[in-house]
Amino acid sequence: MLEIENLSAWYGEAQALREATLSVGAGEVVTLVGRNGAGKTTLVRCLMGLHRHLTGSVWLDGRDITSLPAHRRARAGLGWVQDDRGIFANLSVEENLLLPPRVSESAWTLEQVYDAFPALGIRRRAGGTTLSGGEQQMLAVARVLRTGARVLLLDEPSEGLAPVIVAQIGEIVRTAKQSGIGVLLIEQNVRFAATVADRHYLLAQGRLVESLDNDEFVERQDELLEHLGI
Amino acid sequence: MSAVLQYTVQGLAAGSFYALAALGLAVIFGVLGVVNFAHGAFYMLGAVAAAVLLDTLGLSLWGALIVVPLLMLVFGMLVERLLVQWLLPLDPLYNLLLTFGLTLLLVDLVKRRYGVSGLPYERPSALSGRVEVGGVGLPVYQLFVIGVALLVCLGVWLLMTRTRVGMIVRAATERPELAGALGINVGRWVTPVFGFGVALAGLAGVLAAPFRAITAEMGSDFIIILFAVVVIGGLGSIVGAVVGGFLVGLVEAFGQAYAPTFAQVLIFVLMAVVVLARPAGLFGREEATA
Ligand SMILES: Nc1ncnc2c1ncn2[C@@H]1O[C@H](COP(=O)(O)OP(=O)(O)OP(=O)(O)O)[C@@H](O)[C@H]1O
Ligand SMILES: [Mg+2]
Repeated sequence: MLEIENLSAWYGEAQALREATLSVGAGEVVTLVGRNGAGKTTLVRCLMGLHRHLTGSVWLDGRDITSLPAHRRARAGLGWVQDDRGIFANLSVEENLLLPPRVSESAWTLEQVYDAFPALGIRRRAGGTTLSGGEQQMLAVARVLRTGARVLLLDEPSEGLAPVIVAQIGEIVRTAKQSGIGVLLIEQNVRFAATVADRHYLLAQGRLVESLDNDEFVERQDELLEHLGI
Repeated sequence: MSAVLQYTVQGLAAGSFYALAALGLAVIFGVLGVVNFAHGAFYMLGAVAAAVLLDTLGLSLWGALIVVPLLMLVFGMLVERLLVQWLLPLDPLYNLLLTFGLTLLLVDLVKRRYGVSGLPYERPSALSGRVEVGGVGLPVYQLFVIGVALLVCLGVWLLMTRTRVGMIVRAATERPELAGALGINVGRWVTPVFGFGVALAGLAGVLAAPFRAITAEMGSDFIIILFAVVVIGGLGSIVGAVVGGFLVGLVEAFGQAYAPTFAQVLIFVLMAVVVLARPAGLFGREEATA
């Protein structure tokens, strides 16, 4: 469903990604694991069309989207949850949910969102950034589910959150997977990654150095933790 | 007491022009990131257009209040399409320079065509004279200006807070890149928003036509005060623009009444005090100015 071919990206002269090739299938959860500065965020920004200094190509459902502007990629079905959660302070919780246009039949209704995330329903009129960090992360994920995005790009959704909330996010990811949504999950939390993902890519200095299925990943967990310097 | 009431009304009327124009400046800055130096010239064009339309076609103030903002909307959209858009990807300084140049051009064109002495404008008889309020005779026209300004500000506020367009404008103002990545075509809103901001300046100009001397230069002082207004209210803040506008109008009116030599200075003292206490302005967000 989402295919990335030979993606290289630069900041000025400095190369941040080197010929990355990876794919995410429908109903598949794939993680991208790597240290700080490995190039994970750069990769999703390339996928969203926000970073343009690149070579290689990005395909969604067999269609080359490499040259599309960001808003058309979102409408084609990419749902981005950025690393700072990207909640609008000038919009209420409900407005944050309603801002992005629906992109497919599988879009959630507001009722579904509030059923799944009662805290958001209670605070629907509150300013987006008055929510706690965990609630903001829920809001960010709920926002892309409400559009009916078919591929989620989650940039470190568990970062800085309490274990209970991380478990909740894992639950949402599994629900999304069951409904056929593909998920590219960026994570440094190896234990969390192992509980939700089918496959894993390891990114080091902009290069994909390993591609593992979840069993191999669990087996080599200690080695990977060491690699990540955690 | 009666004097205080009089100066208050006078200040709010003057503040109405500032509030309307600053509102336009704020939405333009919010969505485009452009500090529109030509806003004073657009205000002047609004007043000149009202005077010319009255003179040539006999269009009354009532008609001008509708027609001129529409003309200015179209004019603003043309300016954005033909000029401003090309510089948007560059440093915002380029558009400041462009709109500064545009100001000089527009002012000189009006001077060439209509000379330097003011154009006449007769207000409709229904709006002349005074009305007794609590034993004080207040100019009907000033009350009318305040009423129109409050109505328009309320309308814009409802537009911004209660409609999808307003939601998109707020999102695009706060984080344009993110709004785009969520599927909003931010670029589509740039031209209408610029036109809308220019129309508000034009409306302020029409309202000022029966009240101020209509000259090519009438926007020059106006734009300076307008910048003080947006700094006080908070750059890019809608509520700040309105509150700042009325506040500056009041300071100006009372300053002229009680300390005429310092009237202009007072506005900038107010600005300095606000900036020292709240660098982002009364209603600005800290991060919005970064
Ligand atoms: N705007 C930028 N300008 C220049 N270099 C940048 C910029 N953003 C990122 N980089 C560099 O590109 C490399 C990859 O950064 P990136 O943010 O993609 O890493 P990351 O894997 O997401 O890290 P983290 O885990 O800290 O989020 C880093 O070396 C970083 O310093
Ligand atoms: Mg990152």
